[in-house]
Amino acid sequence: MSDRKDSGVPRTAPIQSATFSNEINAEIRRAAATGLYDIRGGGAKRRVPHFDDLLFLGASMSRYPLEGYREKCETSVTLGSRFASKPIELAIPITIAGMSFGALSGPAKEALGRGATLAQTSTTTGDGGMTDEERNHSEKLVYQYLPSRYGMNPDDLRRCDAIEIVVGQGAKPGGGGMLLGQKISDRVAGMRNLPAGIDQRSACRHPDWTGPDDLEIKILELREITGWEKPIYVKIGGARPYFDTTLAIKAGADVVVLDGMQGGTAATQDVFIEHVGQPTLACIREAVRALQDLRVHREVQLIVSGGIRTGADVAKALALGADACSIGTAAMIALGDNDPRFEEEYQKLGSTAGAYDDWQDGQDPAGITTQDASLMARLDPVEGGRRLNNYLKVMTLEAQTIARACGKSHVHNLEPEDLCALTMEAAAMARVPLSGTDWWPGKPGTTC
Amino acid sequence: MQIIDLENENLRALNATLQAQSADTNQQEWEIVNPRGSHAIAVGLDAPIDVTVKGSTGYYCAGMNKQANIHICGSAGPGVAENMMSGSVLIDGDASQYAGATGHGGLLVIKGNASSRCGISMKGIDIVVHGNVGHMSAFMGQSGTLVVCGDAGDALGDSLYEAQLFVRGSVKSLGADCIEKEMRAEHLTLLQDLLDKAGSDAKPKQFKRYGSARELYHFKPDNAY
Repeated sequence: MSDRKDSGVPRTAPIQSATFSNEINAEIRRAAATGLYDIRGGGAKRRVPHFDDLLFLGASMSRYPLEGYREKCETSVTLGSRFASKPIELAIPITIAGMSFGALSGPAKEALGRGATLAQTSTTTGDGGMTDEERNHSEKLVYQYLPSRYGMNPDDLRRCDAIEIVVGQGAKPGGGGMLLGQKISDRVAGMRNLPAGIDQRSACRHPDWTGPDDLEIKILELREITGWEKPIYVKIGGARPYFDTTLAIKAGADVVVLDGMQGGTAATQDVFIEHVGQPTLACIREAVRALQDLRVHREVQLIVSGGIRTGADVAKALALGADACSIGTAAMIALGDNDPRFEEEYQKLGSTAGAYDDWQDGQDPAGITTQDASLMARLDPVEGGRRLNNYLKVMTLEAQTIARACGKSHVHNLEPEDLCALTMEAAAMARVPLSGTDWWPGKPGTTC
Repeated sequence: MQIIDLENENLRALNATLQAQSADTNQQEWEIVNPRGSHAIAVGLDAPIDVTVKGSTGYYCAGMNKQANIHICGSAGPGVAENMMSGSVLIDGDASQYAGATGHGGLLVIKGNASSRCGISMKGIDIVVHGNVGHMSAFMGQSGTLVVCGDAGDALGDSLYEAQLFVRGSVKSLGADCIEKEMRAEHLTLLQDLLDKAGSDAKPKQFKRYGSARELYHFKPDNAY
């Protein structure tokens, strides 16, 4: 080709393949060299239809707005009012999602508890049991009931404020967990009743029930053990939201937690994160339809998680019918995860700020996803709690701003009618009109 | 002896009464009559009391038990003594699936047979089955001891961690990473102690010991079975 190069004739520019992109090719080469599939933390990184594809319409001639900063716009939410004698009352409709001690450091869990408490909301344990630091710094603590049952015991069941039965999570519906040995300190191992240093599997199925009929009896047992006081949540991944929500309600859930594919995990296969499960936006209306069909919308609360970042995301999820949202990855970022101030160290780990996701390795420069004592010490739980509270406050103010602009005196009064969509996909998923039209794909009475 | 008749009392009243007993209660003996296969009988107890259930039970009898000694004069449904912390559960008849699942401590004795997944994900509990156990028993068993005086079904001890398994009869098949291991003196002593506590006259030397090969302790691509 050198003769053509030198001839001065214009030549075809090198074209990168959209199918075999540099990132894909790098992964093929890595797989060919190692024989290992990629394990990482976090949620789906691919672009999927999301809340960014929706807009609020705001008030106009036909709608009456509320005065910003002056007229009241409520944000409180009650969770678990269906059967529990002690439902949870939260000041804001944003909770902290389940993340395990083991995947996260003790100070990180403490910071989450502190921040949630300052914001008058709840935080959640994870796969590995409840620590005293977490309980003592969390005014409202949700105790996860997971297939592994690591650290599960009746005393912690009684000292929690709600129980969350985890059936699935958005990052890996149908998958279990993996905590690699480098994060299994003596304390983590002791809580899980396993040898230190070994890679720990968390099962993908519960050991003592196998379907919704069994789950109904399992919920009965948990209520009997805790005197019917605690709200019982059922957490599902974004797989078949209509049927999964229907069955969770049938089994007796007080609250359904719905986690879309952008929801994070401590560690699993990249192929699982990116190729199994549905986007959060695609799941909400189907879950709400299930609640409405069974006439329990608002009686059984719906918490949505997976890619919630801003008050706008919260407002949009609520407008589509959720009662509250939950954040995990965003809370970690508020604590300092992927902060550019650690860029030099991310580079040494072969990553860069914003892209670091090897949470399973326990070498987190931010001291969050680690059990290494020197790294853990980098996170001040008091300061972390302050930052998280600030962030939750901003999200709440943002959601209120939008709600007032739509004329709502409570964020729960937001409704699909307040929204339009920027893309056909988002319009179809959210079932709100494509911007500039009164139509969405699948709208009753229309053909497409 | 305190008697609670489930023909007259509801489940909530039964469990609330038993859960209200403290360590120094003078009401140490309880009898539950007419259980009729009810679910979640005597769950979440936390006192050194003796509870006798006169009949068969449904799901999760004695779930999360601490300290109490519970005797089921019949057969037990799925998940009996699940996540037991301490105390004991004795079943005169058979046990359905997941008996002793995720149990952290205490002793579970099944005089009859146990169905599949007996001792699944066990975390310290000791289980003695006078009869046979079904498939996938002790799946992902972390610690504790499962003694089977009869035969074991398919995939015994699949993905086992540090739980110890002893079987007197045949084993249809071993699960992933479960292997037969040498029976040493300390194992014979442990076994004799458990057999004595369970009221079995089986001889420790009649048993074989199984445990983890520990080949799955560190993730490798070849682990994909």
